[in-house]
Amino acid sequence: MYTTDLRTKAQKAADAKDTGAKDEIVEASENEARFQARIDDEQFIEPKDWMPEPYRKTLVRQISQHAHSEIVGMLPEGNWISRAPSLRRKLILLAKVQDEAGHGLYLYSAAETLGVERGDLLEQLHTGKAKYSTIFNYPTLTWADIGAIGWLVDGAAVTNQIPLCRCSYGPYARAMVKVCKEESFHQRQGFEIMTVMMEGNAEQREMAQDAMNRWWWPSLMMFGPPDGDSPNSAQSMAWKIKRFSNDELRQRFIDATVPQAEAIGLTMPDPDLGFNEVTGHYEIGDLNWDEFWSVVKGEGHCNRDRLDARVEAYADGAWVREAAEAYAEKQKAKHAAA
Amino acid sequence: MSNKDLYEYALSLGDNALILGQRLAEWCGHSPALELDIAVTNLSLDLIGEAQLYLDYAAEVEGEGKSADDLAYLRDCLKFRNYLLLEQPNKNWGRTTVRLFLYSTFMALYLEQLQNSKDEQLSAIAGKAIKEVLYHKRFSSEWMLRLGDGTDESKAYVQKGLEDMWRFTGELFAMSDGEKRLCEAGIAVDAASLEAPWNAEIDAILVEAGLIKPPSQAMIMGRFKGHHSEHLGHILSEMQFLQRAYPGAKW
Repeated sequence: MYTTDLRTKAQKAADAKDTGAKDEIVEASENEARFQARIDDEQFIEPKDWMPEPYRKTLVRQISQHAHSEIVGMLPEGNWISRAPSLRRKLILLAKVQDEAGHGLYLYSAAETLGVERGDLLEQLHTGKAKYSTIFNYPTLTWADIGAIGWLVDGAAVTNQIPLCRCSYGPYARAMVKVCKEESFHQRQGFEIMTVMMEGNAEQREMAQDAMNRWWWPSLMMFGPPDGDSPNSAQSMAWKIKRFSNDELRQRFIDATVPQAEAIGLTMPDPDLGFNEVTGHYEIGDLNWDEFWSVVKGEGHCNRDRLDARVEAYADGAWVREAAEAYAEKQKAKHAAA
Repeated sequence: MSNKDLYEYALSLGDNALILGQRLAEWCGHSPALELDIAVTNLSLDLIGEAQLYLDYAAEVEGEGKSADDLAYLRDCLKFRNYLLLEQPNKNWGRTTVRLFLYSTFMALYLEQLQNSKDEQLSAIAGKAIKEVLYHKRFSSEWMLRLGDGTDESKAYVQKGLEDMWRFTGELFAMSDGEKRLCEAGIAVDAASLEAPWNAEIDAILVEAGLIKPPSQAMIMGRFKGHHSEHLGHILSEMQFLQRAYPGAKW
């Protein structure tokens, strides 16, 4: 997932100003023209290539936000590892959460190719300066939530990320190829959990439907604000960081997911949902963007818990990381002396 | 020997892997570094995978039509046969490292012999598991050195972990009457015979890490009768929650 632009409106305005001012200066430069020509020619931009500062900044923000989302995203699912209902489910969930950690690692590495340090990015996460996907601020209450996250959240993620495999920045695009393969497995295992629960007893079906009701809307909001409220999308499109608009991707996800839900007997939690025969697309009711922005601001169910968990793990682990560094230094000194 | 002996033996091998796998998984998302999240989840995956193989076999030997899941999710404390060492809380990375180091050093020796078991199934599982356990041993030994010879703080953590865990190590070398019978039949490993080589390997790492081996002391045991520490009940109540709350449901 996790490419949603979560800056506040004030931040966006400041960044846009910043971008505009710098753009004016470099607009005429040959570098800039060559850079854009390469992008237009569908070539990858690599770490040592010249790139405009706003392009680099946009990528650092997007990639690090994506990385943070992966590692915060380990928490709601990790919440059920100890309670997974069978050994097989426990193995699958462990492997899935491990995949998320791996994605975090690729993504921090991809961000580091742009001249930032992982430690600094984590500092931004821990101080609340950097955002992560709002979806992980919702709680996992029953086992069906593990199914819903795999199916809907990772399903939305993979819809968002497939175009990123052709993103103009090489390291990000290549990381996405591997990430997408794993996410599509996550999506299938989530759907399978939901399918089995819908074939189960009344209590299981109730859990599955309740999970659907709670995760459907936040999943749709993972694609970010409507196109009309997403002013920076145009620049990202021109740079080919972004290939499709928020609304296009959201529609693609809705069209793919509604028939899946119906196939296993889930009721869509949207009385306004209908299929438009003319356009060939499903149309949905209004999304609650007030809720979205409130969760972005930190007012969701789990914002405080998630951030506390990350900060605690990092602080509690400081002595371990320090020991590893001290030991490595001692070993280096020993080898140098030998 | 009897089928009951073999059942209990396969069960104990499975329970060890299951309980340690369950404990290690608690670190997932909460470890000191992202690389360790990945590593510790890998250890847990190895162990839960091994547990599944042993418990499948235990269920087959028992012959009552049960599955590995039935055994994992529907037994209570008195029927669990894991070493008490493995159910002890993680507390911190130092103590977690010590427990894995003590156990995987033992299991590497153990599985080397179990590969020669006259029981083909156990020998095959051991052949697969030893590759994983040798890695667990290397991983935990390296961390013993890093923490022991890292900073004063890390040394204190790992030394305390060693002192807390040591009283559970005696159980590694104790054998039930059933295990002794299986051992005579060439099926089970003579755990008692591993004490000397295990001590030699432990000593070597402790010396290199600058850690002090705890003195001889009373060893706490109980697994043959299912007389565990208080911690196992909490592990089970969490692990078994869904199977207990919704009997017979398929997941």
